[in-house]
Amino acid sequence: MAEHAHAHAEVHGHDHDHHHDHDHHDQSFISKYIFSEDHKVIAKQFLIMGLIWAFIGGAMSVIFRLQLGFPDMNLEFLRPILGTWINETGKLGQEQYLALVTMHGTIMVFFVLTAGLSGTFSNFLIPLQVGAPDMASGFLNMLSFWFFFLASVIMFASLFLETGPASGGWVVYPPLSALPQAMSGSGLGMTYWLLAMAIFIASSLLGSINYITTVINMRTKGLSFNRLPLTIWAFFLTAIIGVLSFPVLFAAALLLIFDRSMGTSFYLDQIYIGGEALHNQGGSAILYQHLFWFLGHPEVYIVLLPALGITSEIIATNSRKPIFGYHAMIGSMIGIGFLSFIVWAHHMFMTGMNPFLGTVFMLLTLIIAVPSAVKAFNYIATLWQGNIIFTPAMLFSIGLVSVFISGGVTGIILGNNALDIQLHDTYFVVAHFHIVMGSASFFGFVAGVYHWFPKMFGRMMDAKLGYIHFWITFIGIYCVFFPMHYTGIAGFPRRYYSFTGFDTFNKFADLNMFISGAAIVTFFAQGLFAFNFVYSIFRGRLAPENPWNSTTLEWTTPRIPGHGNWPHGQIPHVHRWAYDYSKPNAEKDGFGDFIPQHIPLSETPHSNTEHDNEVAHKSGTHKTHHS
Amino acid sequence: MTSVIIASSLILTVAVLVLLFRIQTLVSVLKGSHDTVGTSNKVNGALMIIVPLALLLAVVWYHPYAAKEYHLPVASMHGVWTDNLFWTTLGIVVAMFLITNIALFYCAFAYQYDPNRKASYYHDNPKVEIAWTIAPAIIMTVLVIMGYLVWHDTVEAPYDKDAEVIEIMGKQFAWQVRYPGKDGALGKYDFRLIDDAKGNEFGINFEDNNANDDFLARELRIPKGKPVRLKIRARDVLHSVYMPHFRVKMDAVPGMPTEFVFTPTKTTEEMRTETGNAKFNYELACTEICGKGHFAMKYIIIVEEQEDYKKWYASQKTFLEEKPEFKGKGMNSLKKKNLANQEKEQKEKASKQQASL
Repeated sequence: MAEHAHAHAEVHGHDHDHHHDHDHHDQSFISKYIFSEDHKVIAKQFLIMGLIWAFIGGAMSVIFRLQLGFPDMNLEFLRPILGTWINETGKLGQEQYLALVTMHGTIMVFFVLTAGLSGTFSNFLIPLQVGAPDMASGFLNMLSFWFFFLASVIMFASLFLETGPASGGWVVYPPLSALPQAMSGSGLGMTYWLLAMAIFIASSLLGSINYITTVINMRTKGLSFNRLPLTIWAFFLTAIIGVLSFPVLFAAALLLIFDRSMGTSFYLDQIYIGGEALHNQGGSAILYQHLFWFLGHPEVYIVLLPALGITSEIIATNSRKPIFGYHAMIGSMIGIGFLSFIVWAHHMFMTGMNPFLGTVFMLLTLIIAVPSAVKAFNYIATLWQGNIIFTPAMLFSIGLVSVFISGGVTGIILGNNALDIQLHDTYFVVAHFHIVMGSASFFGFVAGVYHWFPKMFGRMMDAKLGYIHFWITFIGIYCVFFPMHYTGIAGFPRRYYSFTGFDTFNKFADLNMFISGAAIVTFFAQGLFAFNFVYSIFRGRLAPENPWNSTTLEWTTPRIPGHGNWPHGQIPHVHRWAYDYSKPNAEKDGFGDFIPQHIPLSETPHSNTEHDNEVAHKSGTHKTHHS
Repeated sequence: MTSVIIASSLILTVAVLVLLFRIQTLVSVLKGSHDTVGTSNKVNGALMIIVPLALLLAVVWYHPYAAKEYHLPVASMHGVWTDNLFWTTLGIVVAMFLITNIALFYCAFAYQYDPNRKASYYHDNPKVEIAWTIAPAIIMTVLVIMGYLVWHDTVEAPYDKDAEVIEIMGKQFAWQVRYPGKDGALGKYDFRLIDDAKGNEFGINFEDNNANDDFLARELRIPKGKPVRLKIRARDVLHSVYMPHFRVKMDAVPGMPTEFVFTPTKTTEEMRTETGNAKFNYELACTEICGKGHFAMKYIIIVEEQEDYKKWYASQKTFLEEKPEFKGKGMNSLKKKNLANQEKEQKEKASKQQASL
């Protein structure tokens, strides 16, 4: 009991600002900010690296959208940045266009939405929300970031190769990616790509193993899986999916490396290229696709689940209401996670795969719609009868639910193999995954930054700029990706440099121009966020310890948590779930519209439900048995 | 000079904006308006209705223009089935999209912060939760069954044995088409026999008698109303045969032949009348990224009445008539040639070794 009381005093007292200063070990600049083993610093490293990549990846999309929206435009003004990628006629080169498309996809999927999103929030929130002083292994965690950094450097360097970076699409299907003769991007650029990805996978695995271990082993007393905030559930499941699927991508990449440089034929068979028949025989190009999508599809949920977890937390907090269907949320995440492993071949309906297999994968794919729908309904039900405060984080979370639905429903169409015949590899697919995976995860990422910024940097981001940022981005995202459904239904294929060569596709030029315009506006609107972010780190208003009146443990730490998170190692214990918002009669117990997780049930006799009393009773008897 | 002016004015503008922002922040600090729940909450609440509504109206306004453009006339039997399935599914999906999005933004608007109200501590309702788990499950079941039926009839169902067999091969960056000729059987091929310089781009093996009457064509010509079995392959990297008007798509994979069977239902002429475009042509495109010229792999498809097709078919010169030097050449002659080369090399090697000894 003494411990509880102390933890309680820590949070509600006002005299503890000086505490954390004592907890700082003497650290050099290098061990504190560069090769840091502190999960919070590592999270910020992932965050800043992820944001840098996001701007690079976004800028790439603006450049290739210029080509698609304004095919006659003279791009000479980009020569200072792009150099010889702009050809003599002032146009973006054809291979360079593909290079941009490829790198945009790779960067966004892996470097921004996997490393940037999971790396930032899993690292930052897992120890803080489970009540642990740090990750299970600070050293592995540090390695995880520096592997990511190394992968980033290699991938970035590949942009400057004379033969260009990898250009075979972010999926880098062989034989195109295996044969340097097939396109110049399949030369050294592809080697760099594979090397960077192999290191990236190592980074991801080191991170995931740490997340899993920390969640299982380092939860504070009383924090059962039944009481975990949904953020932690999401990060936990994401890490499990990552550990199970990334090694398969590694295998795929390794075999591709063998085929490229050691003369093996895992993916190559009966090829005549560049005027000669290659010796490679007996491989299967489709094998690569199976291996790739065995990661590739779970990858969709690796980027999406953390965003959904973040959203769950933010929506509950700012609706001042418990999340609706807590157990259904966990159940649907487990369901989605499980199903994500057995739907991969819906990316391959048109590869000549056995048609019966297509039927099986259609069935499994459409089943995923059920847990996804449950999640969407639960979010809406959480808003219902809430008392909603529109913080920028809340706006982005509501936006996430909207794009999650809008992009999700088209998945029902694409998951149907009979419809995929026409729609596969058209802009319909581009629209679908940019909305459901790209935008939704991006919204979750940004929402998380707005929400946890005060705990990361001890200062507040400007809310008004955040509102403007949200509304421009929300409208922009719909203006960019919604019209792509039209070009998709019209049959426009993906990864086309230009459409004017075909009578069938020689239309919608105005719509493509509109999309490009919207993309440019949306991209530059992100400058508001960048400014707000950098400015607020240094000049933002000082944050209170718990600015959003939230229940979870991270808000019981000092304004800037030191090494070890809680001063003097006083880690709070948990006595209730994370969603005691607007609990009836809480005011009689002396609480406002929220009761933090570390408040013992014995302190809230008026607001305890019957269930709470049962729990309290059980743990009470439990204690007496042991003492 | 102009660029310097543009750059400096940009920098100045940004600087002014930053200063304004700083002043605004300081003013709000002085005012002590710490609570975020104020006017902006109401504004955001209102925008939760206004913005989605505006977007919806924009779509409603634009839709008629788009509808003129996006509808591709359909020219195959199964295309009608998949199109019907598509529009049915789209109808269901749009309804789901509208209902859930309306509910979402309505709740966001209706339950915006009100100091006089307390949120309800309402977080579980098994009946409702079971209902909204089962409802999508039922819809999905229906869609799976509908999809399966169309998929089965389109791709899985057994086909007419007398389907018209035509081979199409993708290479960087063109399509090539081979017809089996009068015997109706395509000759064997081997990638080692491909010889672009001499003109055997398919690698046809002329030791196989079936190859003797094979002929190549400049366009993909197919008969109306008869099943066509398209045998698809690639010789360098992945390609994908995409015939938008026929709702046909199938990857072309080096080393793994694929096929797609479909029945054209409208001749090119008929389609010209239907679309009112005298220059209309069916087109074939590549939909699997294959390199620099991916976007330019166009091939013309011509659909004719069966009699016209037969006439055209009969009038084609066979490959061997065009290039008689290939007659009888195939794997065995290649093997012989290679063996002879090998022997020669070995002999040369041996004589060199002897000389050096």
